[in-house]
Amino acid sequence: MSLIETLARMEAVAAGRAQPLTTVRHRHLSERPLVFVPLTTAGEAGAPLGALVGTDREKPLLLTVPQPRDRDLRFAFLAELAESVLPYVDGFADAVEWEERKETDPETGKKVPVQVELCADAPQLIVPSTAGIEYVRLLGRSMRFRRTAEQEPETPYPAPPHVPLLGRWFTHFGERARVPGAALLLSMTGLLTRHWATGQSVLEDQHLGALLAWIAPPPGVRGQDAAEYAETARDAAGQLWCPPAGPATDPAFDNRLLAPAMARYDAGLPGAAEEIRTLVESRLRPTWDAVWQGVDLLRGLPEGARVADRWKRDRWSYTAHRDRIRAGEPPQPRQDDAVTAARKLSARESAQAQLDAQEALDDPLVMAARRLAGEALHGTVTAVEMAYSEGKRPMPRPLVTVRTDDRPQLDVDAKLHRPLADGRTQTAEFVAYGAGEPGTLVVRLTGGMGRGRTPEPGSVPEPDDAVCWTLFEHAPRGGPDLPDPEDTPWTHGGPPPGTTGTTGATPLPAPDTDTVTAEDFL
Amino acid sequence: MPAPGGVPTPAPSLRQSLRELRGAGVRPRSLDARALAALAANPGCRRRALLDGAGIDKGALARALGSPAAYGQSQFALVRGNSFEARVKADGGAELLRLVCERLVPGGPAPEADAVARPDLSAAGPEGRAARTALALREATAAGGWALLDHPMLALEVAGSPAYVEPDAVVVHPDGGWTVVEIKSFPMIDGAADAAKVGAAARQAAVYVLALEAVAGHVAARTGRPARVRDRVLLVCPKDFSNLPAGAAVDVRKQLATTRRQLGRLTRVEEIAAALPPGTTFDLRLADDGTTPTRPPEELTTAVDAVDAAYAPECLAACELAFHCRKRSRQEGAVTTLGRGVRGELGGLRTIEEVLAAAGGPGSPGCPDGPDDPGDPDDPAVAALRRAAALRAEALSGAAAVPAPRDGEPVCP
Repeated sequence: MSLIETLARMEAVAAGRAQPLTTVRHRHLSERPLVFVPLTTAGEAGAPLGALVGTDREKPLLLTVPQPRDRDLRFAFLAELAESVLPYVDGFADAVEWEERKETDPETGKKVPVQVELCADAPQLIVPSTAGIEYVRLLGRSMRFRRTAEQEPETPYPAPPHVPLLGRWFTHFGERARVPGAALLLSMTGLLTRHWATGQSVLEDQHLGALLAWIAPPPGVRGQDAAEYAETARDAAGQLWCPPAGPATDPAFDNRLLAPAMARYDAGLPGAAEEIRTLVESRLRPTWDAVWQGVDLLRGLPEGARVADRWKRDRWSYTAHRDRIRAGEPPQPRQDDAVTAARKLSARESAQAQLDAQEALDDPLVMAARRLAGEALHGTVTAVEMAYSEGKRPMPRPLVTVRTDDRPQLDVDAKLHRPLADGRTQTAEFVAYGAGEPGTLVVRLTGGMGRGRTPEPGSVPEPDDAVCWTLFEHAPRGGPDLPDPEDTPWTHGGPPPGTTGTTGATPLPAPDTDTVTAEDFL
Repeated sequence: MPAPGGVPTPAPSLRQSLRELRGAGVRPRSLDARALAALAANPGCRRRALLDGAGIDKGALARALGSPAAYGQSQFALVRGNSFEARVKADGGAELLRLVCERLVPGGPAPEADAVARPDLSAAGPEGRAARTALALREATAAGGWALLDHPMLALEVAGSPAYVEPDAVVVHPDGGWTVVEIKSFPMIDGAADAAKVGAAARQAAVYVLALEAVAGHVAARTGRPARVRDRVLLVCPKDFSNLPAGAAVDVRKQLATTRRQLGRLTRVEEIAAALPPGTTFDLRLADDGTTPTRPPEELTTAVDAVDAAYAPECLAACELAFHCRKRSRQEGAVTTLGRGVRGELGGLRTIEEVLAAAGGPGSPGCPDGPDDPGDPDDPAVAALRRAAALRAEALSGAAAVPAPRDGEPVCP
């Protein structure tokens, strides 16, 4: 936590309500997101208990599993989930734009421009909490290797149609959620904690009810009291007023309400399934409403200028997975090979650097944290002295003197970056601290002034202009290219089995199916 | 004379004073490995050390104080955990021994079912069971064969008072090595399990290893055969989404070192108890139904406040009293209520009020002029805070705006 965020949290304590951490919204928010609020059975892996899902806040679809240990009931749940989620996900597949991309021609080896499809919009899933994102991954993993009777007539316990497909999409969303700044799958707690600082710790912020209580406390109530109420208040039957956002349930709910109802269901009593439905809905509905309340709060913030750029990357990601499914490629493997893993890691690292830079440029409050950390400086130009580079064609290299209160951590020849009015980035380098006058420094502009001997108008700041230079790049790039999986070096295990180029000595991996036994519960 | 488990029984005076703290006729609650691991994670908490050392039911105490703990265990999880453990140990633990051999003695053949000793460990009371376990471990080690101890009882000294812990199983190898087996019901999917849960299991297992080491010392001295506790434990979890067991060796050397050091740091219960005002007791004075406390909450609060706590948000997941301690900590405005990490940049400032006053600088509301001015501008922490506050205020007033990017945002060469 940066010092500015710590301070914001303390201000929140003093004020009794959350304080802003940003001045704009840094995540894309779809006009029609799909909200998914799952609940799981305690102790079972991948045994859902129920879920609310849908794009209409007034009419969520309620799905429940009256006995999570029954495989048929679980499959029925997943089939219904697929019926409701897949049409939404596929709904974005056909509206496309054309984009130009450079691709290597396989024959000539040259880079040639090609026209490729890019979906105009992409689906967006919102779950209540970080644990919900993990649960989407888990559900994806549990479904994508299943076989339907159509795919494989011999398979024991075939899955209903579409379930493996939903598994592949959930896996894709879960993978994408690990990319910093990506917005195909978001958690409401993650969204809210990015934009507001509460007067509690990061751990307590994982409670969606408490988080909302800090951000939007009821009139006349202090955030800390509202949050404590959300965390601990119970009704006469010992049940929480504000149930946990899941997917785990409150043990008191399991023990006092759910277990007896399930026992009645197992005994075949009439109305027991309906009773479980009502019980599960009573736990899901408050969270469902809380997620939508969070959506409303976030819509109140203006979107950051560079958010659309990141959302475009999400659209690329969605389009690419759509193409993989259309091409009939197999589901994502259990474990990535070395090259894919390295590629993913490097993509996440550059996405993180890019996100940090873009958020700072979009938002003076985020930039303030970077300035405090000595990674950026904001100041006023006091003098501009024209100078030229040495060489055959002298280029303008003006020396700009800036007065600033910031204390950037500058080395000699440190690179500086500045956004220009037209959105480009101008590079510069640090020359020296101003002689005699503390708080001033001299910077040499090194680019962004056009090709001529005289700089383009507006590309050189004038005295009394306010300028903001950063020490970090505005569009950081990833590392060097990685080899294709077939060329994995022996240091990383060599080419994975099954790829072309192996001599055939390595046996193909066992088919990607999970062991199933007659009873798969414990 | 030390008890057979190798743990000294507490001195009579301490036993007496702990009994007084619990209240007349209240049975002490035994500490399990999970509680010990949590205690070791926060060794500065004198309150927890005393209450745990005295065997006080912190859950009941928290309820009586009006801040009941938020966590418990779902019966579904409990049933599943038990049935998975039963499944792993079925057929005399054949599957379990196979996993031990596969994961910890690669290449070695699994023992025949009838070549494994399965000593009976039943005895009266934890002391009796711990003594029985120590005896069984000695015999198994002396015999030089395989042995499987199902739910042995081990004794461990914690802050000067004994605690009894019960691992799921301990396997004795023919070479005199002992392996702790931990059976958990969270899944191991594609060979990987939830890191947080594995970490918790490893800390718990480290407590068992620590407790076994005391016994191993005794056994080696008595039998003359090498007896050592392996620092790799076997974690058994359900494989993927099935009910089949999967095993993984977990190296607990780091957790072992941490637990050993933290338990050593725990202030001795005697010293904490001696510092209490005379007559302090945590007795709830339960009514005849055995659940309703009749002691006024104010009295209990005073008793609890007599011993310091070291509250941090991590306590919420590990201690029954956490909500009570959090309430007190918030009332005092301690900065650690926002997380342990925040102290790092705040220097000597301990309360939120002090920090805000220092950040505001002279003349800000809540910043008294005069000798107890909290903001010494020469203090680097105060200087950084003032700078942070000024930058935050400037940004929120909308002073500095940065132009929007062009589409695609090319970078200048």
